Amino acid sequence: MIKINVNGKIRNYNGNEDKPLLWALREDLGLTGTKYGCGISECGACTVHIDGEAVRSCVFPIGALEGSEKITTIEGLSDDGSHPVQQAWAELDVPQCGFCQPGMIMAVSALLKDNPNATDKDIDNTITNICRCGTFARVRKGIHLAKKKR
Amino acid sequence: MRNRINFSRRGFIVGTSALGAGLSLGVLSGCKSGSDAKPIDYSNLPPNPEVNAWVHIHHDDTVTVRIARSEMGQGTSTGLAQLVAEELECDWEKIAIEFPPPGENLRRDRVWGSYSTGGSQGLRGSQQYVREGGAAARLMLIQAAADQWNVPAEECTTEKGIILHKASNSEINYGAVAEAASKLTPPTEVNLKPAKDWTVIGQPVKRLDTADKLNGKLVYGADLAMDGMLMASIKACPILGGKLKSFDAASIENRLGIKKVMKLGDNAVVVIADSWWTANSAIEDMDIEWDGGQYANYSSRDIEQLLNDGFSSESGTGNKGGDVDSAIDNSAKVIEAIYGVPSQNHAPMEPMNATALWTADKCEVWCPTQNGESALAAASEAAELPIDKCEVHKLLLGGGFGRRGMTDFVTQAVMIAKEMPGIPIKLQWSREEDMRQGFYHPITKAQMRGGLDENGKLTGIDLKISGQSILAALMPSMLVNGTDAFAFQGLLPSGLNPMVEDQTLKYTFPNFHFHHAMKNPPIRPGFWRGVNLNQNAIYLDCFLDEMAHAAERDPLEFRLSMMDDYPKMAAVLKAAAEKGGWKQDDGKARGLACIYGFGSYVAACAEVSVSDEGKLKMHKITAATDCGHAANPQQIEAQVEGSFVYGLSAMLFQEITYENGEPVQTNFHNYNSMRIADMPEVETIIMPSGGFWGGVGEPTIAVAAPAVLNAIFAATGKRIRQLPIKDQDLRG
Repeated sequence: MIKINVNGKIRNYNGNEDKPLLWALREDLGLTGTKYGCGISECGACTVHIDGEAVRSCVFPIGALEGSEKITTIEGLSDDGSHPVQQAWAELDVPQCGFCQPGMIMAVSALLKDNPNATDKDIDNTITNICRCGTFARVRKGIHLAKKKR
Repeated sequence: MRNRINFSRRGFIVGTSALGAGLSLGVLSGCKSGSDAKPIDYSNLPPNPEVNAWVHIHHDDTVTVRIARSEMGQGTSTGLAQLVAEELECDWEKIAIEFPPPGENLRRDRVWGSYSTGGSQGLRGSQQYVREGGAAARLMLIQAAADQWNVPAEECTTEKGIILHKASNSEINYGAVAEAASKLTPPTEVNLKPAKDWTVIGQPVKRLDTADKLNGKLVYGADLAMDGMLMASIKACPILGGKLKSFDAASIENRLGIKKVMKLGDNAVVVIADSWWTANSAIEDMDIEWDGGQYANYSSRDIEQLLNDGFSSESGTGNKGGDVDSAIDNSAKVIEAIYGVPSQNHAPMEPMNATALWTADKCEVWCPTQNGESALAAASEAAELPIDKCEVHKLLLGGGFGRRGMTDFVTQAVMIAKEMPGIPIKLQWSREEDMRQGFYHPITKAQMRGGLDENGKLTGIDLKISGQSILAALMPSMLVNGTDAFAFQGLLPSGLNPMVEDQTLKYTFPNFHFHHAMKNPPIRPGFWRGVNLNQNAIYLDCFLDEMAHAAERDPLEFRLSMMDDYPKMAAVLKAAAEKGGWKQDDGKARGLACIYGFGSYVAACAEVSVSDEGKLKMHKITAATDCGHAANPQQIEAQVEGSFVYGLSAMLFQEITYENGEPVQTNFHNYNSMRIADMPEVETIIMPSGGFWGGVGEPTIAVAAPAVLNAIFAATGKRIRQLPIKDQDLRG
């Protein structure tokens, strides 16, 4: 059995230790906000925070956790959608289909935590999530707006 | 001028039978809190019945608008709600939307019309009847209030969900008369507001479905959870037309959590487990043997040969005028070129999925679909149950782009569920399955010849397309004398066929011939956002750019000189050029493109640079759109930006190629998609000229690639004529 700290709660996981964190979150813990898009760490739809750092959970076996890590998913980013990135996203109507946005928001919130003054160049180097609807123009605006909200 | 619509003739309004609670699946409340007042508790009252099929008003004045078309991110549901709200004159802050299930549509004599969501038809294809629905509901609410006050209905006005009678100083909220209104006979005629009086249509209101997309709460098809549900992963034969030969179930079926390993049809293996990861890992690990059949050695070289053969084959004509051969033969200068656009996969972020629950007398499906009614028909057929014993519950789509107009995944889900009656089974495709089992953008090439006279005037243009037809594969009954009219999107004559009047040519050429040698490789083609407009805009507009340069004329002036008959086309082109800095003496390389498609006039001006190492940087694209009426400008802007990502991802990276009968590309590592770093700045010019409803989701995608390709030529002097450009040396 693995004890994991997700969104501030200690949860028990009893399954296969090879299972990627993505699927443990979605199937065993009922946290379906984190999405499956590729399974090979290319698209970023599965991005969560492990101790504040953006991690693509589709290739992260749950057995690799030591138990002391704090995992944050989109459901735990804020209680009420009040995180500056969520607020900026709402203000600019960033999502289209929205399927990639939990991962996008988690990647962006990790970037801004590390680098509250992220430049366009920082954004280009760090945010590599795929969005097939093509929300990038508003994602970029949203990041700059979120910087002001912090 | 006011439209008068005769309802009884159209048989539009049906009774006011209340929908059951079962309808509520898929409800999205977009309601924002209207005031700080303490909400009144209406829980002791029975719920109001609907006013009509489109409008359901609750005791608290919340207005639920029914949306038949699917929401896949394009914002149609918000736009349609705006159309209804405009005529209903309700309070926009109290609007919510819901998606009535397609079975309900059938039970009610298709009161909601078409559920098909494609061809940029969401608003333009339903604007008339949804506005009528809102207007009719308003008249009924007024009548109910007038009856209560014993005053003539004509003396009542409405404002933000309140009915007013000034003479008697009376007012009442919609919610308070909704039940009485529902019992009235619907009006047989309504007046629709003229565009000049619109206050909701044309406003950049926020989408109604954003909040739950920001917190992980929105349930997509992939997220659906039900008691006792099992998960399935599928692997169908990746080889074109191949079959399943054998599979080693024994090697995986004893794994913890595996419930069933089965053959599906004659070409697929399915693993069902209590976890999708378990099912998919097992299917990946299992030894499966395929019977490749006749295409076991098929490759992209065979397709290339087939398409090249088309250049010397007979062709069907899409549009023709004058005598192109003699005009070109007698020209001072002749220009020739061959262009090509490959197969491309839709690859929406959410891979295909559907959940089915089958018993001997009922079948239910929950799925993201672009056409609830065709999904229902597919479910009924696969379930071997009459359609009235089946239902499809539409869930929000994690992207569609045309792929979710198909129903193959619904059929599979139902066939799987039939093997385990009474158990809901969610079939989730892996990304790899999604890449291998696409209905790809049709592969074509084009051979062009053009003539110029001594003054650099175009004398004739011959555009011969060779390649795949979508209709021949998916809707053969729509071919006319063996010709696929949709293959000529953007090139068609006006007045020929009302079905394709929205895809007509907006240039006047003295002599021209647009024809198609249909060459169908054994790949499944499909409707891919923008469809055939995408490659036709590249073929026509890049070649016209080549001709302008050969004529030593300004490409803008060259195009405009053939557009006198189409002032709206010329207007968007001029606007894009002007705002995009065309002819600005700043040393930047720019390219233009324009086309008419899906009922809208669109143009783009791209600004690029190519480094000494041959690396392309797309700096900016300025795009102009005349879609007639612009329902929601900020959503149009989002669609234009998004269409560029879709079109430019294809231009930069995307092709499905074949080796040994199967697609080489299997996931985003070898079927790349643009990232934020690749994204140019986009300036969207919305210039609605009024009087018509044009599409928005697709048209601009078609001008993205040709504008950039023409700009690359401006930067380097080198023509790029084959997509994608990823492995090509762009240096001049």
